[in-house]
Amino acid sequence: MPSFTVNGQPQRVDVESDTPLLWVVRDELKLKGTKFGCGLAQCGACTVHMDGQPIRSCVTPVAAVEGREITTIEGIKPQNGEYHVLQQAWIDEQVPQCGYCQSGQIMSAAALLSNNTNPNDADIDAAMSGNVCRCGMYDRIKKAIKLAASRLGSDPAPLGDSSEQELQNG
Amino acid sequence: MGKWSRRAFLATGVIAGGGLLIGTGIAIGIRPGHRTPELAKMFQGDNEIMVNAWVKLLPDNSIKVIVPHCEMGQGAHTALPMMLADEMDADWSMVSMEEAPVHPEYASMHIARDFMLPIEVPTVLEDTLNGVFLKAAQSMNFQITGGSFSVRGTGQWGMRRAGAAARELLVHAAAEEWGVPETEITTENSHLIHAASGRREPYISFAEAAAAHKGPDNPKLKSPDQFKIMGQKVARYDIPAKVDGTAVFGVDVDLPNMKYACVRCAPVFGSTLKSMDASQAENMPGVLSVVELDNGVGVVAERYWQAKKALDKVVAEYNEPDTALSDNDTIYAQFRQDMDSAVAEGKEQEDVKLGDARGQLDKAENVIEAEYLVPYLAHATMEPLNATARVSGDRIELWSGLQNPLGTRNFLAEEFGFEADKVVINNVYLGGGFGRRAQQDYPKQAVQLAQSLPSGTPVKMVWSREEDIRQDRYRPAIISRFKGALDDTGMPIAWENQFVDKHEPVEAPMIPYAVENQFVHYTGSPTHIPFGPWRSVDHTQHAFFTESFIDELAHAAGQDPYQYRRALVKDNPRFLKVLETAAKMGDWGKALPEGWGQGIALHQSFGTIVAEVVDVNMTSGKPKVERVFCAADPGYAVSPDGFAAQMESGIIYGLTAALFGQIDIKDGAVQQSNFHDYHMVRMKDAPAIEVEIINSGEKIGGAGEPGTPPIAPAVTNAIFAINGKRIRELPISKHV
Repeated sequence: MPSFTVNGQPQRVDVESDTPLLWVVRDELKLKGTKFGCGLAQCGACTVHMDGQPIRSCVTPVAAVEGREITTIEGIKPQNGEYHVLQQAWIDEQVPQCGYCQSGQIMSAAALLSNNTNPNDADIDAAMSGNVCRCGMYDRIKKAIKLAASRLGSDPAPLGDSSEQELQNG
Repeated sequence: MGKWSRRAFLATGVIAGGGLLIGTGIAIGIRPGHRTPELAKMFQGDNEIMVNAWVKLLPDNSIKVIVPHCEMGQGAHTALPMMLADEMDADWSMVSMEEAPVHPEYASMHIARDFMLPIEVPTVLEDTLNGVFLKAAQSMNFQITGGSFSVRGTGQWGMRRAGAAARELLVHAAAEEWGVPETEITTENSHLIHAASGRREPYISFAEAAAAHKGPDNPKLKSPDQFKIMGQKVARYDIPAKVDGTAVFGVDVDLPNMKYACVRCAPVFGSTLKSMDASQAENMPGVLSVVELDNGVGVVAERYWQAKKALDKVVAEYNEPDTALSDNDTIYAQFRQDMDSAVAEGKEQEDVKLGDARGQLDKAENVIEAEYLVPYLAHATMEPLNATARVSGDRIELWSGLQNPLGTRNFLAEEFGFEADKVVINNVYLGGGFGRRAQQDYPKQAVQLAQSLPSGTPVKMVWSREEDIRQDRYRPAIISRFKGALDDTGMPIAWENQFVDKHEPVEAPMIPYAVENQFVHYTGSPTHIPFGPWRSVDHTQHAFFTESFIDELAHAAGQDPYQYRRALVKDNPRFLKVLETAAKMGDWGKALPEGWGQGIALHQSFGTIVAEVVDVNMTSGKPKVERVFCAADPGYAVSPDGFAAQMESGIIYGLTAALFGQIDIKDGAVQQSNFHDYHMVRMKDAPAIEVEIINSGEKIGGAGEPGTPPIAPAVTNAIFAINGKRIRELPISKHV
């Protein structure tokens, strides 16, 4: 019965140990923002952070996250009702169409910005090419990442880690 | 059959709380000579149909618009309220929307039908048409989202009129109350104003008085220079919930005591289940039932992962159809044979005939011939297909993302023998549609699975990506052959085009170019691969064919492909403007680095004319599309940013097909299974895209599909410009 944290909350779930983290997060913890897209780590819709690093939750057995800190799309939104800098940039650039892939896109972008506050096109290509957007909003995603980066300035991005998020929000 | 007629009725009523409710009803007589036989049958006599698109004025002076279309990212949930609110002079900050319930009362599409080519009725609508429990006229109740309809159909003919009528009723009521002429009353931000007397009252003050009147039959619509909301960049309603994970898609539906199901169907289309051995699966943890489906098997379990693992242990055998022993090559050989036979036997089915193309080809000295081929394609919506069903006694409830929810309701009622009003459809966000979510296969499976459990137990069925790729309804593989004759100046004097497998829209293979002699014809050549409309339907393949061949003619004539097209549309100002705009945006003919080149293509679909110029970089040996310059004339773009987003989306969708898209058939079954072998354009492959909109003022065209058709030929034309290699078979990745 693995135990881990999700968005800062301790969790212990009673499921078969080979169950992918994706289905635990969605169906047991009812955090539905993380999406199923392929089941093969080929599309990135299921991207979450494990200890701050992006992983594909559809191929990560829940047993493998024992003791780890998991962050989902629900965990990056500040508690003060505002949006995360990437979410706000996504709104300002009117990025989503169907929107299904966007949780995964934002989680990949969050991981990128936490390591690189001023990514160029090649950095974005490298960090984001694991995420498929079937509506093809890549150009807007790229613009939104750059907009978010410009708003962050040179400050390290407060991203993908709920404990930092809490600090930021006092 | 009476004269083709159109009459609008506006109905009014008071709702609880004192608000005003206004519906636009447009009674339609259908044009004689309808080309779709199934539809023609529906229009014997003077059938007229009422439709309703409702707006509610609420006690706090806010306005609620009820939109009879689903949201799959195309922005209809925002663009349609914009149209209504603008005509109503509403305060946009006080406008909200909700999706209409799935009910004939809110059927929408026949508004559009009256104003469109009647052939533009996708075959997927047959489920709606065939509802045997519905009378003929009622069967025309559509609530489908497809064919790039929402804005140009429902919006233009329903929403705008409902808004304008609401405004006129309110003005009328205020004029009576105030004892002033209607002409002295103005409206602004949901308020009525009489400047001379300094009166200013919110709409809601007059809602009840307005509702006592019959609506105007033909309310006056604004001219574009009077628009305050239309034509503006307006933030979409659905976007905030799509950036924080709170948007509810079909796969997110969650009900008390809900169970989970997975399914696997026969790899060969047309198979039926012969036998099923569930012995290993049924005792696995959490398994509740193992279900025989028409052509497959399903497992219901307490949890998704339990269902999936158990499904792997179910052994199924199938009766396969005789047609199954085919693969790509045998299918293509069949196409060629059927095409040859049709010509030899004079059995071509005529599509376009102008002048005497064959006569000209026979005597011409300079004849160019080419054969093109596109493969089967799957839709691969980002959200794998899913549906949640609950069967309780004589009632079916279904939660899913559906492009044709009313069709689903009728289909399920007929299929399972339930009363239509006992089938309740709850439509939620679609994680992509592209035509796939207008099909009824997956809703049916969900109901079959739910029936295997005790009454009232909900089941959520989620397809695997493998199932999604292998059980699609496919963009058809098509072969298209051309012969073109050039005159002394190199311009085309005859154009003959033969292709297999015609679907919709009827005009897809038609060219905008002034070629005096044209013969376009087709030949049926059925296969066992099921057809499904795929973003832009027949336009997706025909634009590749016709825009490649015109490019070949230009090069054969030794002329610049842009100037060649330009000369051939010089008498058609809309096409000319679009073409010239794209060329200007892309700086056609500019100096480019070694290994780079430009391509151009022009095509009209769903009422919108689009030209695309691409800069392609082949220095790595593989094509990288660096930039796309897209000029589009949709008549008028109601939501310009939303329109541009649709062009961008259509371009990437078409680019995936052009570069990588291929579904292979082997032994009758689809070979690809997931994104590792059915490749998508990703960030690293994606071009920068510029869109320029030309508001010509002509009839409003579609947005969701017209960006897709020109991209494939624009790219292959650029590749030819770079290395002289003409790619006549997609995808491009097969050749470079």
